[in-house]
Amino acid sequence: MDTLASLADGFAVALTWQNLMLALIGCFLGTIIGALPGLGPSNGVAILIPLAFTLGLPATPALILLTSVYYGAMYGGRISSILLNIPGDEPALMTTLDGHPMAKAGKAGEALAISGLASFVGAFFATWGLVFLAPQLVKVALLFGPAEYFALFVLAFATLGGIASRNQAKAALAAVLGLGIATIGVDGQTGVPRFSFGEVHLYDGIDFLVAIVGLFALSEVFIFLEHRAGGGADDKVVKVGRIVPPWKMVRETIPAMGRSTVFGFIAGVLPGAGASLGSFISYTFEKRISDRNGTFGKGDPRGVAAPEAGNNSAAGGALVPMLALGVPGSGTTAVLLAMLLALNITPGPLLFQQNPDVVWGLIAALFIGNIMLLAMNLPLVSLFVRVLLIPTRYLMPAVAMISFVGIYGISGSTFDLLVMIAFGVLGWVLRKLDVPLVPIILGVLLGDQMEKNLRRAMTIHDGDWTMLFNSWLAIGLWSFAIIGFVMPLIVGRYFRPKIADEAIAEGADPD
Amino acid sequence: MSDRIFGVFGFLLAAFYLWQATQIELSFISDPFGPKAFPYMIGTVLAISSVVIILKPDTEPEWPGFARLFEIGVATAVMIAYALFLKEYGFVLCTAIAASYLSWRLGSHPVSAIIAGVVIAVGIYVIFHLVLGLSLARGPWGF
Repeated sequence: MDTLASLADGFAVALTWQNLMLALIGCFLGTIIGALPGLGPSNGVAILIPLAFTLGLPATPALILLTSVYYGAMYGGRISSILLNIPGDEPALMTTLDGHPMAKAGKAGEALAISGLASFVGAFFATWGLVFLAPQLVKVALLFGPAEYFALFVLAFATLGGIASRNQAKAALAAVLGLGIATIGVDGQTGVPRFSFGEVHLYDGIDFLVAIVGLFALSEVFIFLEHRAGGGADDKVVKVGRIVPPWKMVRETIPAMGRSTVFGFIAGVLPGAGASLGSFISYTFEKRISDRNGTFGKGDPRGVAAPEAGNNSAAGGALVPMLALGVPGSGTTAVLLAMLLALNITPGPLLFQQNPDVVWGLIAALFIGNIMLLAMNLPLVSLFVRVLLIPTRYLMPAVAMISFVGIYGISGSTFDLLVMIAFGVLGWVLRKLDVPLVPIILGVLLGDQMEKNLRRAMTIHDGDWTMLFNSWLAIGLWSFAIIGFVMPLIVGRYFRPKIADEAIAEGADPD
Repeated sequence: MSDRIFGVFGFLLAAFYLWQATQIELSFISDPFGPKAFPYMIGTVLAISSVVIILKPDTEPEWPGFARLFEIGVATAVMIAYALFLKEYGFVLCTAIAASYLSWRLGSHPVSAIIAGVVIAVGIYVIFHLVLGLSLARGPWGF
């Protein structure tokens, strides 16, 4: 009952005019960001962070704005999947399989309505999952000492590398690259400069926001330049038609939505999996369970409902480890973590104790935002369809310029802009080489904490290495880390999302 | 082949990183672990994963032709110039030029690219500076 009381307090925080407005703006922007191919949740949130930060928003409103964008993007991604057969963002890839055939059969309106409804169901129940699971996880996290935290960070990198990427060596390389970047600057514990080559700008280290915007947003611009894919949807957009689905169709898809919500939520909570895997697993299982007449892939409404419930539910699930442990489960939650760190708030058990208003205000705002999103995505969906007509040759320059504005707004430093460009080019090269970007971001974000906990553990035990494996909790975390990293090598390609193998590998926008 | 080159590059980076880590000066106060140990761990993992990539490269990515690489190079140069000139000539002018260039290279007709660039620059200026009060680079003319 404590939980419900906290949630009620949260609603008191969220129900101010300012926060409601921010949730509304966030949902609206998020749906647009999700719908536009080339802008996904992670780079959309990435370019908005510096702005939210420089506008001087306090923690709760800033978090409400950005998580609304995150939820909104999960809704929006389906629009271009269904109408154009181009996923608006990576998690919406599975929605193209049945969504576009439905649109071609003249049922675009029904497909949009069913998927919107499925998104709502997924996000709604996942937010309830967040309400009840996060406090439980916090109880476990309170038992963690420095050694356990260090093991937890290793676990996050290991599962990210094992489950979500195709090549463990490259994921490991990406992770240490990020950790290496995090070590640049003055060492927090002894005050000696490291890897700064006497450059004053490097004494503070590299700002993770600069790295994130460069890697996620600017590299996208380079990808588009490379392909000179400047065209827009132009006239390929299918007529939407009626947006009210027949009741029979809704009833048929309810079991699919329910199952997918559960699968998606689990995929979201697992560190390193995220929404793309959530929608992939949901679609695959749903196909296995209910595809009796071979209608999947030809415009089966259940094939639209499953991945959408799955990815929205995974988005809620991914917030659980981010808020309760400070370890993000996906690319976008990593970006959200960056914003919390920029605001000097460390997520984890202490956040729940010291700033319950932030956590519960956010969760309440998610409930409210979800209802706003349902309203925007059913009756008003044709508004967003029009946004799809903006050609990327106008959109991408705007994205690039807004990235510059955001970073310039934080520090007003030319050096930071140059570093961001360098990260943009680096991000492009790494994408070409199929090196995942999320572990880099996670490394840059968590490096400091990871080293601090390691050294604290060593200080407590006077430099005795074996103490890292001294408790059952730590041993458990290490075993999971090893299993998570090694299992996919043995089990082979079963668990790996075929998503990336099939298409858009290089253009893939981490969710 | 690309992966092998990348692996060699990663290995050299690891070597450089480890060498730099040995150069970290210790201060007179220190914890038992010190500021060097974590970088050593990172450098070692970097070296190992680079070697694995050299030994087991993935299939070759599709590199764009020289023309497209040149395109990306020039775009990078334009962005660098943008960063350097931003404080000197102010936000609106620099942004209009950079955005027009990018829009043109992404396939817009030159005239519509210029219009797009100006609209983007003025639009951002109005929304972020005038409405939201974000500080942008001031040029000689105050905008």
